[in-house]
Amino acid sequence: MTVFLNKYFGGKQGAINLAILAILLLVIFPLWLDLFRLGLIGKYVTYAFVAVSLVLLWGNGGILSLGQGMFFGLGGYCMAMFLKLEASDPISTKIQTTPGIPDFMDWNQLTEIPWFWLPFKSFPLTVFFVLAVPTFLAFIIGYAMFKRRVGGVYFAIITQAIALILSILIVGQQGYTGGVNGITDLKTLLGWDIRTDSAKYVLYFINASLLIGVIILSNYVLSSKFGMLLLAMRDKEERVRFSGYDVSSFKIFIFCFAAMISAIGGAMFTLQIGFMSPSFVGIVPSIEMVIFAAVGGRMSLIGAVYGALLVNFGKTMFSENFPELWLFLMGGLFIAVVMFFPDGLAGVYRDHAKNFNIADWLIARYTKFLKKDPNMLGDKV
Amino acid sequence: MFGYSMEDVGNIVVMQGFSGLSLFSVLLLMALGLAIIFGQMGVINMAHGEFMTVGAYTTVFLSKMAVEFDIVNSYFIFAIIAAFILAFFIGYFVEYALIRHLYKRPLDTLLATWGLSLVMQQIFRSTFGAKEVSAELPEWLLGSFKPTPDIDIPINGVFVMGLALIVTVGVYLFMFRSRGGLRIRATVQNRMMAGAVGINTQKVDRLTFALGCGIAGVAGAAFTTIASTGPTTGSLYIVDSFMVVVFGGAASLMGTIASAFGIAQAQSILQFFMTSSMGKVSTLMTIVIILMMRPEGLFASKVRK
Repeated sequence: MTVFLNKYFGGKQGAINLAILAILLLVIFPLWLDLFRLGLIGKYVTYAFVAVSLVLLWGNGGILSLGQGMFFGLGGYCMAMFLKLEASDPISTKIQTTPGIPDFMDWNQLTEIPWFWLPFKSFPLTVFFVLAVPTFLAFIIGYAMFKRRVGGVYFAIITQAIALILSILIVGQQGYTGGVNGITDLKTLLGWDIRTDSAKYVLYFINASLLIGVIILSNYVLSSKFGMLLLAMRDKEERVRFSGYDVSSFKIFIFCFAAMISAIGGAMFTLQIGFMSPSFVGIVPSIEMVIFAAVGGRMSLIGAVYGALLVNFGKTMFSENFPELWLFLMGGLFIAVVMFFPDGLAGVYRDHAKNFNIADWLIARYTKFLKKDPNMLGDKV
Repeated sequence: MFGYSMEDVGNIVVMQGFSGLSLFSVLLLMALGLAIIFGQMGVINMAHGEFMTVGAYTTVFLSKMAVEFDIVNSYFIFAIIAAFILAFFIGYFVEYALIRHLYKRPLDTLLATWGLSLVMQQIFRSTFGAKEVSAELPEWLLGSFKPTPDIDIPINGVFVMGLALIVTVGVYLFMFRSRGGLRIRATVQNRMMAGAVGINTQKVDRLTFALGCGIAGVAGAAFTTIASTGPTTGSLYIVDSFMVVVFGGAASLMGTIASAFGIAQAQSILQFFMTSSMGKVSTLMTIVIILMMRPEGLFASKVRK
């Protein structure tokens, strides 16, 4: 049992924390919040995928990628291309010069669907590409960089530059990508209208369950021997290399894995929110996603989810009420987290909850309750 | 070629090449500061663009004052000096308050300075408004001269380039011909040893950081002569400047100059023949690909691990 827990949930404590998160996402939020607010939570949860990927990559691997947004965006764009093709059937686009192609292509004088859009007519291929395109890009970048032992700030800057390139490219190639507006007006998924209330609930639950699944999978990766090596590489890369391990291959793997997780988030974003735009690809969103992980705790998978939820909740609240304050707060958050709380919320929780182990506390309460402990039930007994 | 005659292409290359030289000057000034800081301390200063904006706003502010006192023709030199001094002292303070605590964690410095840049941008926006403002330029900076009827070279571009050259020579003299520069180079080469022979490395760090920021301030002053300034102006140049530094090979003055030149020229000439975004994309893409094949940059001074 303990082995099983350690392997998939990060120990007893981890399992309890994950269960709390699952109850929060799957029971409390849907019961408590109206559909609009729940939609917002759903959006934040898609960002949490990226935050989780950064915990693996940055917290555990010591590789800071400032281009995680491009993987999120690529996953999202792949999904959006499928949905857009489905939404642009000849009947609903009959007022266009060329019916049957996406509206922005028509506006940009394209008369047929470009070749790289064609695979996205099939749903299985789309799902494959959602996962494969970002992973493949990560593989190319990772292979080129890690095999030449480029790391640290160089890696951060080059991933940032690539994110910039991709966002300029998407904005610049209007006819092929929808330009700065992105791909909008998405309607159905295999004939199922994703804009209805019931679809929104279903997608929310799929999204949240996927996140829980991704966390369990990530826990499995981290608790394996590979996870141990990852930590060792972060702290003493040379030593791991001299012990005979192929450091660069491990790094490439974790970078690809992180890219794939981010892409799942992106695809779920498109499905839930109903559009994808270059504003999720470039430098600013990519670095904001790092702050989600940093606030939640760069070493804690579950902390990162809370980080994503809290920072975005703060962002929505502040930019609604005090738009001027938000950038100060965000900037201050970056500085404060880095300087005073390098382990984020998870670190604060760990330090202050040393004598308050929630798992032990719950189990103790429960056993006391079972035993009908007089202390617990008070004077009545 | 693209429907232009040979003569046209020649003129276009000269003129675009010249507008590339203005970009080159700004990039060079930005990258000089970054390269000094990065070479010295291994610190990535994401707020570097905002120090440039500090310089630009200083110049704009002084130009408004100059209009009031009717000294538009002579204020610009003072504006450059004021921009340097202001950015220098802000940099000095930032190093003291923030950077020095994070030397052992370069990736965290990157995030902290990004936070700083957000805060600074919002300060600019609250103080000067979200709209772009431009400086009143002295008359001698306006206009252009025409060596041939088809070629049109703006004077402000020449001025900015001259300024960049002067600063570069100044940095060279400081780094290689002065005691201060000697201390900086000693600290870069071997921090412990430099400390052992009595160099106050902390002080050197602080001055280097402040100097880099000061040069960014000068870049801002130069920038006002070719474009208008907004709160996010600096952040538009930050990635390009990083590319210049990394591409040139960190801690190499020649490399920084060469890569600033190459990147600026490639961008402005390509932008004429393709769309503006594609010009930028192809330049950046080329750099990234070259960097993937040769990660140490063009002029590498030492082997990185």
